[in-house]
Amino acid sequence: MRAKSHLVRTVVNHTVTALCGLMVLLALLPLGSLLWLVISKGTPGLTLTFFTSLPTPVGEPGGGVGNAILGTASMVALACLIGLPVGIGAGVFLAERADNAFSRAVRFTAEVFSGIPSIVIGIVAYGLVVVPMRRFSGLAGGLALALLMVPSLARTTEELVRLVPVSLREASLALGISQWKTSLRIVLRTAAGGLLTAALLAIARAAGETAPLLFTSLNNQYWNFRPDQPTASLTVQIYNYAISPYEDWHQKAWSAALVLLLLVGLLNLAARYALRRSAAGGKS
Amino acid sequence: MVTARVHAPAGRQAGDRIWNGLLGLLGGAILLVVGVIVLELVEVARPVLKTGALGFLLGTDWDPVSGSFGALAFIYGTLVTSALAILVAVPVSVGLALFLSEMGPRQLRPVVSFAIETLAAIPSVVYGLWGLFVLVPWLRSDLEPFLGSVFGFLPLFKGPPIGLGYLAGGLILSVMILPTVASVTNEVLKTVPPALREGALALGATRWEAIRMAVLPYARPGILGATILGLGRALGETMAVTMVIGNSPEIHASLFAPGYSLPSVIANEFAEATGAVHAGALAGLALVLFGLSLVLNSLARLLVQVVARGPRGGRPA
Repeated sequence: MRAKSHLVRTVVNHTVTALCGLMVLLALLPLGSLLWLVISKGTPGLTLTFFTSLPTPVGEPGGGVGNAILGTASMVALACLIGLPVGIGAGVFLAERADNAFSRAVRFTAEVFSGIPSIVIGIVAYGLVVVPMRRFSGLAGGLALALLMVPSLARTTEELVRLVPVSLREASLALGISQWKTSLRIVLRTAAGGLLTAALLAIARAAGETAPLLFTSLNNQYWNFRPDQPTASLTVQIYNYAISPYEDWHQKAWSAALVLLLLVGLLNLAARYALRRSAAGGKS
Repeated sequence: MVTARVHAPAGRQAGDRIWNGLLGLLGGAILLVVGVIVLELVEVARPVLKTGALGFLLGTDWDPVSGSFGALAFIYGTLVTSALAILVAVPVSVGLALFLSEMGPRQLRPVVSFAIETLAAIPSVVYGLWGLFVLVPWLRSDLEPFLGSVFGFLPLFKGPPIGLGYLAGGLILSVMILPTVASVTNEVLKTVPPALREGALALGATRWEAIRMAVLPYARPGILGATILGLGRALGETMAVTMVIGNSPEIHASLFAPGYSLPSVIANEFAEATGAVHAGALAGLALVLFGLSLVLNSLARLLVQVVARGPRGGRPA
């Protein structure tokens, strides 16, 4: 080390800096390529009817993913109905309750299970809903998405609720306001922007899931308004189009992927906006 | 906080008790959910567990029609693609994290970090679509012939360039786990005390020397944790791999050959499983996957926590 001249050390330093820059480029290359292709290949097929009509057989012009968009929306809504209260509630529990063996067990479980492969959850929902009902259904798909949502949402919620300054809570309690009112009206209201962010990100993730839907909601070529019937989803539709041998369907896969990316992108942007607003509110 | 309750009026106490009970119930719901997941998996997998777990895990023959179920080809495919993903993603991620936290121009950092967040938000099936129509053709026409001509003497790079195969699976996984590994590494680097870095710089070290001698030794367990977390992600990733790995339940030494992974075979066969034993075998594969991801995630969390607390014995030399 001592023998190295200043020049060599400077050159090494710059080389490593350049290498880091190269790594950044390497990481951005697939992103750029993916976004460019989805946009350039997806845009031509993106007509108004694509959003509103049913899929057509191969070769037949027109057709769209209207039922798949509806299916995704309904299953995600169902997942929110179950997943948001449980996930956020468990997160509030972790942040607000005393540190004991039970809460530590809950936290550890939530942490470890937020990384559980989504396909595994699909099998669980299959066993819980599809087997007893003897039928693939949107209900099973929604439940799978809800199960997937809960652990990571609980962890995010805990972190966000913990960001609320202790002084606010203490001031409320010192005024003689009961604990539950303090939790609800002071702590949760302060954390509301953050919670909205967490919820939006969880929704975005759920909307992009494919694997747990493959054998729970399956797919459907028609409009479906009943939760006990097989339900189409944007992601499964993209998958089926992509692995088909037909050029016409590949084209539709790109357009559907663009729709999905727009949906997920909008949810992410909304989440960012909510977080920034809440951060700004917290500072002032 | 707790003492405030002692002299509170009865009505308020009841409110607190209900609130506490409700929160406890929701917290308990997490444990319940996880319990249900484990029980349900074992329940669906029961038929194959009865026939002998060891023969199932180490069997190489997978033929649902004749009722022969061996998991080894899938375990092998998952391990090969995940290892490949780690091999590619970790150096890139560490470079990225260093760029974000230490080296990059300050104006560029938010742009790069936004791009990485975008990478993390893209759904798996869209990666699969891109992999199938962009990555695979490129592998077939450019990268695989090139690797074959240069390293063709190694069994890893022998055989015809098909495109669909372990290499495609590993590369698409590396792109997908990159945001996880990079962002966790970045977090870990941020927890390194500034005094270490500043001390090294004050002693006349260049930026890279400060990183190599002060920052990286401190952050090493955390980077390992980020790597293991990425590995956990890679193991369970389903759609993108299913679309590019070739879906052939055989074991090949060559990375160019088509293979199969644990999640992929579940995705392809579960909806059309030919009976309780077939479905059970697939649930058995899910159980393997589940066990692996459980162990890896616990380990990763532990390692990241070690860095957050700071090293116990060995200070960075």
